[in-house]
Parts: sequence; structure tokens; C-alpha cells
Amino acid sequence: MTATTTSARSELSELGRSETALRTFLHGLPGVDQVGAEQRAAQLGTRSIKTTAKAQAIDLAIRMVDLTTLEGADTPGKVRALAAKALRPDPADPSCPHVGAVCVYPAMVPYVAEVLRGSAVHLASVATAFPSGQAPLEIKLADTRAAVAAGADEIDMVINRGAFLAGRYKEVYDEIVATKEASGDAHLKVILETGELATYDNVRRASWLAMLAGGDFIKTSTGKVPVAATLPVTLVMLEAVRDFRAATGRQVGVKPAGGIKTTKDAIKYLVMVNETVGPDWLDPDWFRFGASSLLNDLLMQRTKLTTGTYSGPDYFTLD
Amino acid sequence: MFEYAPAPESRSVVDLKPSYGLFIDGTFVDPTDGGSFKSINPASEEVLAEIAEAGAQDVERAVRAARKAYDKVWGPMSGRDRAKYLYRIARLIQERSRELAVLESLDNGKPIRESRDVDLPLVAAHFFYYAGWADKLSHAGFGPNPRPIGVAAQVIPWNFPLLMLAWKIAPALAAGNTVVLKPAETTPLTALLFAEICQQADLPAGVVNIVTGAGDTGRALVEHTGVDKVAFTGSTEVGRAIARSVAGTSKKLTLELGGKAANIVFDDAPIDQAVEGIVNGIFFNQGHVCCAGSRLLVQENVADRVLESLKRRMAQLRVGDPLDKNTDVGAINSAAQLERIRELSDAGSAEGAERWSPPCELPERGFWFAPTIFTGVTQAHRIAREEIFGPVLSVLTFRTPAEAVEKANNTPYGLSAGIWTDKGSRILWMADRLRAGVVWANTFNKFDPTSPFGGYKESGYGREGGRHGLEGYLNV
Amino acid sequence: MSERVAVRKTYKLFIGGKFPRSESGRSYLVQSSNVSLASRKDARDAVVAARAAVKGWAGATAYNRGQILYRAAEMLEGRREQFVALGVPGDEVDAAVDRWVWYAGWADKLAQVYGGANPVAGPYFNISAPEPTGVVAVVAPERPALLGLVSVIAPAIVSGNTVVVAASPSEPLAAVTLAEVLATSDLPGGVVNILTGAITETAPALAAHMDVNAIDLSGVTDTSLATDLEVRAAENLKRVLRPAPADHDWSVDPGLARMTALLETKTVWHPKGV
Repeated sequence: MTATTTSARSELSELGRSETALRTFLHGLPGVDQVGAEQRAAQLGTRSIKTTAKAQAIDLAIRMVDLTTLEGADTPGKVRALAAKALRPDPADPSCPHVGAVCVYPAMVPYVAEVLRGSAVHLASVATAFPSGQAPLEIKLADTRAAVAAGADEIDMVINRGAFLAGRYKEVYDEIVATKEASGDAHLKVILETGELATYDNVRRASWLAMLAGGDFIKTSTGKVPVAATLPVTLVMLEAVRDFRAATGRQVGVKPAGGIKTTKDAIKYLVMVNETVGPDWLDPDWFRFGASSLLNDLLMQRTKLTTGTYSGPDYFTLD
Repeated sequence: MFEYAPAPESRSVVDLKPSYGLFIDGTFVDPTDGGSFKSINPASEEVLAEIAEAGAQDVERAVRAARKAYDKVWGPMSGRDRAKYLYRIARLIQERSRELAVLESLDNGKPIRESRDVDLPLVAAHFFYYAGWADKLSHAGFGPNPRPIGVAAQVIPWNFPLLMLAWKIAPALAAGNTVVLKPAETTPLTALLFAEICQQADLPAGVVNIVTGAGDTGRALVEHTGVDKVAFTGSTEVGRAIARSVAGTSKKLTLELGGKAANIVFDDAPIDQAVEGIVNGIFFNQGHVCCAGSRLLVQENVADRVLESLKRRMAQLRVGDPLDKNTDVGAINSAAQLERIRELSDAGSAEGAERWSPPCELPERGFWFAPTIFTGVTQAHRIAREEIFGPVLSVLTFRTPAEAVEKANNTPYGLSAGIWTDKGSRILWMADRLRAGVVWANTFNKFDPTSPFGGYKESGYGREGGRHGLEGYLNV
Repeated sequence: MSERVAVRKTYKLFIGGKFPRSESGRSYLVQSSNVSLASRKDARDAVVAARAAVKGWAGATAYNRGQILYRAAEMLEGRREQFVALGVPGDEVDAAVDRWVWYAGWADKLAQVYGGANPVAGPYFNISAPEPTGVVAVVAPERPALLGLVSVIAPAIVSGNTVVVAASPSEPLAAVTLAEVLATSDLPGGVVNILTGAITETAPALAAHMDVNAIDLSGVTDTSLATDLEVRAAENLKRVLRPAPADHDWSVDPGLARMTALLETKTVWHPKGV
């Protein structure tokens, strides 16, 4: 880190002390032109990734999957099966990499932890009264501590969108700081719920707010509102982590979640990472997909590349 | 590292003949007093085909065929029926768009991504748009019964070969004129495929005639006394010569000439989109764009930040094989154009501007020029005044909106301009004061058949596109 | 008692809102008066005055320009007898007044008729609007000296152009008198500049001048001179209005063509987004 970024970092860390300072900073960020951002995302989506590049992309994408189940109907049996799949996505092919993490509700963490113990697959848990975030702070923090205590090493929190949209940035900031503290050594992913933020200007501001408050990752969505991850939203977030690192020297990860179902989609995201923030982020430590059905499509495409024939859903485990 | 594997578009979708004749009176014919020349692929220098070069007698034949078709068929035909032919052509272009896109990239050197996603969709859209005017001319605002002019001589450049053909032929035919068109000598192939499409559409013989050749053929065509209308897109130098040559005649003239557009970035601009706009403004089509944003005027208080972003973005540009679907910047169209770009860039360095290009490996064969920016440029530098027509950007700074306007307008050209700011009132204030025919605010290099395009001052006169585009082809 | 001795008028040029003599000091005898014989230097001075006036005149509201053109009609009406005394038929004066009124009404309608929104295939606001081209050099018709002159000046200035006019050499008195009308019509100085004298002297200088944006050759009757002027105009790609046919009837409805020939179309794009 250079001297400039060190001093910038300490200046930026002061912002959280005052509502006015936060507001002035966030509203001073450059705007995002919707049409331009969407066109750039669409243009990146036209890249043609073939043969060796596709094989490389598929394995990387598998390693980046946060294999997720967040249903009221989740049971110990269901999440254990999911964890098993995370470890060995394609039982028929030992060269197939494991996924990045398993992502479940806090109550399910102990069952997943049993299966993953000793592996390199991370255990993520949504906390802080997911998905709405509409609970008293003490309850959200208790939720977080419980998940960590049960074995989660990654916490996916939701920001208080109501406070954000009402302009109470300090409140959002303070909650993230408190959750980060409650997470202890666990990595903190901050879910912006971009579908509720409505504009890219808001996405950029929320991204910076989450990073200033200490988030290790910024994540698009809960998957529980109609609009989840999109390419342009992810583009704006990638630009934010890029600019944040340039300003402070600290690297923050990005996780699009929800709605990413096909290999084709996943590769578009990887192209976008590659051409927006570069190879530093092309790693499961810095980029993740929050997804469930995506994994099977990646596996089918992987088989197609190795065997030359198209596979079918019957040949992959459904969990 | 995530290395993209080659993703070549298939060449085999194009069925190239070894040689092509002139398209006169509905058939391909050999030249009577011309010779021939070769069209090459600028990315490999391989010969693509042997092309007939029209001599004065060939031009005479073509003009006579156009006159006959005007008098006997196309002039008397109802607007409704002319429209149907144009709709047919539009459909055929859509059906054969992949073939046309590959051929355009082969002959021109532009990336397939652009010929596929920009050129071809716009070509088809242009024919659709003007097809719809053919039977509505009395509602176009030029009086109750506007008449066509007659035979149009049209000379087009090599940068957007088929798109420029569409800009010329579609409004001319919709208004009821017949045409003799000369494509550029380095990019004749898509025009010749278009001639086949005219045959496929059963367009009456002589309505469209295509004479290939270089400057002499073009001169013979525009100076031909049997021509009633001249439309030219190309350099200001040639435009001036044409304006002189039609002096004292009754030929109607429209000219779309050079440019040296300012792309103006304010400190409150949406920076990431502005950087995209700068890149698109100057590196789209290798900078072979008359309305290219070749002068970046950036507000001094954000210049460092914008330049840093711009350089980072430029490092992502993929230069190389035009037929690779991931190529962003293709080949320079010809050895001569490459020489001109080199000459002006060297002048930029010699005059003390600082030159920068991202590291990029250029192919051995073919004509290539790395994306380049010059910083520390002033209005006095040649690279700030002369049209380079290549992937070379000159960066200047300004302090106030008034200074930006003054610098932007300080050129004999006036084709286009760009403004980047989040402040609406500033956009409108600037747009009022910029002397340019097209002003892109928070976007750049956008084209549409409904949107009039053309310049102020030495960038030419007349407009192409939209309702305005009909005026140059009607006797009003 | 002796009869009163009349005070005769000196007919001078009209440049930048002032009435100077030719800098060359020359005059020529025409219509029983000595009229300034403008030089190439006078033509250049007139271009400087016309250029200086562009910003204010093009920047004035269309409503304001319309008001001023209408004011010119009022002032001309009031001086009807003065023109008749110069030999201009009364009918022609009336027609000239009506022409000012007709064009005055166009000032705030031209942009609506000649511009408009373009429905582009994308999320963009896109609008085309006409703008004045700038400084227009005009060779006025030899005759009708007044109606012809008004018919070439009004369509040029109504949209915001400024003009340098070479008046009818054989009947210049109407032009100089019209200058007096314009000088009292709240028209800013320099918007209309009138040169009297030989077309062969002033027109080539104007056609070649690099700070002139367009040239109207309406009054040029010599075809080789017209060709020469058009060739000169090509040097900076001036917009050219070719000579009117010899039998042109200046009294008929002029249509839009004279206005639109001296306009540029500017098209502005902006994305639509949130």
C-alpha cells in the first residue's frame, strides 16, 4: 500500500462518525448512467468463450459457487445432502473441483458443519433477520453470533434498506460495523438487495457504504425479491470494489446471487470480472455465485466438454 | 489468467467469386474502357477478388441505364410499389446478414462484432425506414406533391461500406430517383453482393447501378452531365473539389465530410460511462469514423482520474483478427491509411505531445495500429486540428464550460460533439452552443435511421437519415 | 420670397448599424444621386460586423426576432410614400410590407415545422432542431429592387442569421432607404449590412471570404459570374443558393425553401434512464 492510500484509508475511516460526512461522501460519488452501464454489460455479454477458455471458466465457476438453500422447508437431511454435493459435485469425476461454500440458514449450520468439517469448502450462513432485516439490532447480532458459534465461517448479512432509502446512512453503517464485530473471524458478506435499491446510483452508494463499514464482500441479493442479480448491477459493484481498492488498498469481494442459472450466464459474469477488475478477482476468495441450480448446468457443460456429447439432467444429482 | 480461446467466425458463409464485373442495367458486365484492380483483406493482405474498374464509357453506360429506368419504370411507378421493393431489399439483407457481415469484415478489416451488431442491423433498418416513406412523400413537409430529382450519382467511403450504401440508396429510391453508386476502391465487395440482392428482389433493371473503381471513376461519375444529383461521403478535400465541379450546373449536392469532434467530459460526469464513451468514440471501427470523438476535452480537475481509468480500459481492448468474435479493434483499412495515421502520430510526438498505447501484440501481416492516446496536446498541435481517421485520441484540458465550447468549436469542422455531465441544464447550455450537426450527451456514436446526420461548416451540408434525409433527393 | 432650397440626402452604406461612406471614398451616379461604391474592404468590414452580430441575434428568442421583423413591417408601412417618391410602385411597397409580416410570423414556428423528435430504436431522447448557419452573403435581385431585397433578407435573418447584402446596382436607393427602416426597427446593428456598388467587386470578395457560412446568388444574372462565385464558395464549403431564374416572380408565396437553405439541423441525443 502506498502512503497516499494509507492516508486516504484513514480519512475514509473517519466518515462513519458523522451522518453529514457520510452523506456528503456518498452523494459525491460519480453518477451511473443507466443506459450506458446496461450497454457495457450487454456488450461484455457478447464475448464468445470457447474450448479451453470455456473449460477453464466452468471449473472456476464451480469453485465460486455458494451452493445455497434458503427455504422454510429446509431440513437436516436436505442440507446434509447439499453439503455432500458441495464436496463432490460430480461423483463420477474426481477431477471436478468442489464448490466455494454452502450457504444455509443459521439453524441449519450445525448439520452442514458436520459434513464439511476438515474440507476446504466454506460454510456461509445468512444472518441478521434474513431476508428483510426488519428486526431489532440485538436480535440480528444474536443471530450472527449463533451462526458463527455453530460453525459458519462466512456471514451473509442484509442491510437495512428502509434506513438506506430514507437517507439514514449512519444507521446502516453502524449496523454493518456491529455485525462485522459480531462475526468475529468469519468473513462478512453484505447483501445490498439491489432490486430494492432501484437505481444504480443507489447501488454504487450502498456498495461504498458497505465497504467503508468493513464488509469483506458485497453481495447483490437475497434471492427473495423479484429482481435479483443482474449483469449491470454486478458491473456497478465491480467498479466500486475496483475504485475502493485504488483508494484504500483493501480488496473487497463481490457476490451476485439469485437468478444465475446457466453456464452461459456464469461465463458472462466471469468475462465481466476479467475485463472490469482483472485477474485479482478471478478467485473464489474474491468472487462467488449465490446459486443452486447453476451447479448442475455447469456440471452438464463440463461433461459435454470432456466427452463431446450433451448430457441430461438424469445424470446429475438433484439435491 | 483467463485467456479467451480463439473464437473465429466462419469464413465459409461467404461465397466469393474470383472476379466481379460492373453492375449496370440489372446485370454484371465487363468494363468496356476500364481495367481491373484487386480488393485485399487488410488483416492478411490476401487478395479477395479481382474487381472491374469502370472507365468513362462504363460510367456513361451506367448513367444512361439509370436515366432509362428513371424515365420508364421507377419515375412513373407508384410510391406504394417502390416501397414494396425497398421492403423486399430490407428483408433480404436481414436474411443474408451473417454473410454480409463476414464479407464486410473480410474486405474492410472491422471486427465481426461490429459488422454483425452495428453495421448490418442499421443497414436493414435504413431500408425499412425509407421504404415506409416512399408512399408518404406528400406528408413529409415538402409540399403536396414533391418530385424526385432524377439520376443520383453517389460516391461512398470505405469505413462503413454497406451502411453508407444504405444511407445513400434507400432515401434516393424511396423518393423516386435512380442511382449510380461508386463504392470505395478498397471495399467494393458488399456493394457487389448488394447488387445480387437487387437481382434477387427483382428490382427493375437500371434502378441501381454499381460502378467500381477509384478516384477517376468517381470523378467521371459526379461530373457526368446526365446526373441530376450528387451525394458524396468522404474527405473534405474531395468534397471541396466536387463542390467546385458542380458549380454552374443545376446538380443538387449533399456532402458528408470530415470531422474533428470534441468529446467533452465534465467533473460531474458519470465517469465509468464516460470512459466507455471515450473508448467507443475513438476506437469504434479503428477510429475510421468521420464523427469520431478524436479530441477528448476533459475538465482539468478530473483529468488525472479520467486518464487513469481510460488507460486501464484501453488495456482491455483486444486488437487482432477481425473475424474473431472477441476482437474489439480490427485492421486499418489500407496501407495508405496506415501511413497517414503513422505520419500524423509521429507529428504528435515530434510536436511534444506524450504518446501512450497499452501493451498489445500486433499481427505480422496486414495493417495494424495500436490504440493510442496523446496527452499534453494543445489546440496548436496538428493532431488536435487534422483528422487522423485512426485509433488515435488527442487529450486536451479545459477549466470552464465556456472554455470547453470555445475549444470544441475552434475547428473548421462541425460534424459531431459529445458532452458528459450529470447536470441537465449544462447539457442544454452546451448543446445550444456547440457548432455540430450531432450532439451526443452522455452517449456517443449512436446512429438511427430516423435521426438526421450531417455537419456544420466544412463537415459538409445536407442531412442523411430521418425526414430531413429525404430533402436531398426531392426537387424542393 | 424665394423657394426653399431642398436638403439633399447622401446615400451611404449600412454596416454594423451605422451609415459609413465607402472606405475607398468612391461613389457612382445612379438614380440621379451619388451612391457609395463599396470596395472589397467595405465587404470585409461588413462581414466582421455581421459575424459580431451573430451571437446576440441567433441567441435572441424566436419571439423577439419575430417582434423585430414585424416592427420592420410597421416602419416600412410608415415610410410608404418615401419609397414611392423613389419610384418604387405603391403595390410593391405593400407587398414588401406583407412579406415582412409573413416572415415575422415564421420566427417562432420554423423549429416546430422543420425540427422535431425522432423515434430512435433505443432508450434515447432524440430531437432535431434547426439553427442559423451564421453569416450569409446575399446578392439581391436587380429588380424589383425593394420586394426582391426584402424577399432575400427576411428569410435569412428570421432564423438568426446575419447578412451582408450586395444591393441592386442599378436601383440602390430603395436598399439604402430600407436600411433607414431597419435602423429604426430595433434590429441590432450588424444583423443586416447593405453594400451598394458593383456586384463584380463585392460579390467575389464575399464568396471567397472564409468567415462567411452561406451565399445566396439570387440576383446574379451573369452565369459565368455565378459559376465563379460558386467555385469560390466551395473553398470553405459555403451553403449555396443558386441564382433565381430570370423570370422568377417575386410576388408569389415563397414557401420554406429560402429559410431552410440557410439552416443547419442539430440533432441531440440523450439516454433515458433512472
